[in-house]
Amino acid sequence: MNPLKLWSAIGMIVLASSAGDVLLSSAMKRIGDLDELQTRSGILAVVGKIFRERHFLMGLGCMAVGFFSLLTALSWGDASLVAPASASLTFMVSAALAKIFLKENVDRRRWMSALLVCIGVVLLAQ
Amino acid sequence: MNLRKYLVLVLVMLFGGTGDVLLKRGMQQLEPIRFSHLAQDLLGALGNPWVVVGILCLIAFFASYLVALSWADLSYVLPATALGYVLVAVLSKYLLHENVSAFRWAGILLISCGVGWVTRGPALTEPQPQGTQHDKQMLRKPREQHEPA
Repeated sequence: MNPLKLWSAIGMIVLASSAGDVLLSSAMKRIGDLDELQTRSGILAVVGKIFRERHFLMGLGCMAVGFFSLLTALSWGDASLVAPASASLTFMVSAALAKIFLKENVDRRRWMSALLVCIGVVLLAQ
Repeated sequence: MNLRKYLVLVLVMLFGGTGDVLLKRGMQQLEPIRFSHLAQDLLGALGNPWVVVGILCLIAFFASYLVALSWADLSYVLPATALGYVLVAVLSKYLLHENVSAFRWAGILLISCGVGWVTRGPALTEPQPQGTQHDKQMLRKPREQHEPA
């Protein structure tokens, strides 16, 4: 399989799932702790609230794009390359986006953990 | 962080890892997806039972992931759930009969270290204000002070 095609699919997975992660996280932060919400107003209220959140729907769309890109890439390339490569890149991109857009305090501990996991995932692909 | 919250993180990694392995198993049984028949081939993949069970697992993964994101930072949830990759390696060995090399075990070790490290930190941080003065204060503070109850 043409490596350029495979890596474009991987790039697509990384972009779509990182964007999806950030949008979902933003939506869930606006809704607040689901456990508390459920004890207060029941599971249906939780589901209703989630589906009315615009960022959630956008995040869901991104995740769907990421998912179908993953299926495509899995059928083109070795799963032991595709899964770790896209996962480790998604890790770093999501941490960066979380810092930029969600203003999360990504301190040294989190960068180091993200890096360790990233290297670990790459080693898994060997 | 209480036991229930750690349980949610465990569910995220269990369902995520299992879902990936099942999908892989399903996609292995199918013909490669053709660029010219992209939509048709992708929809066709939904007819494979392994793919269907994989998708069900990923839906469960998604639900627990949302719960986790409702009380923890994204940059905490991602590494904390990375043990799922370790699960994928272990399942690949026993379910798909792949070889797990020394490199892979080293990778598993590194991931576990990263996970152990991040989960000892705070799950939720205050939004970062402009300027670096505050960052330094946050770093100096003992972590118990901004750990959510």
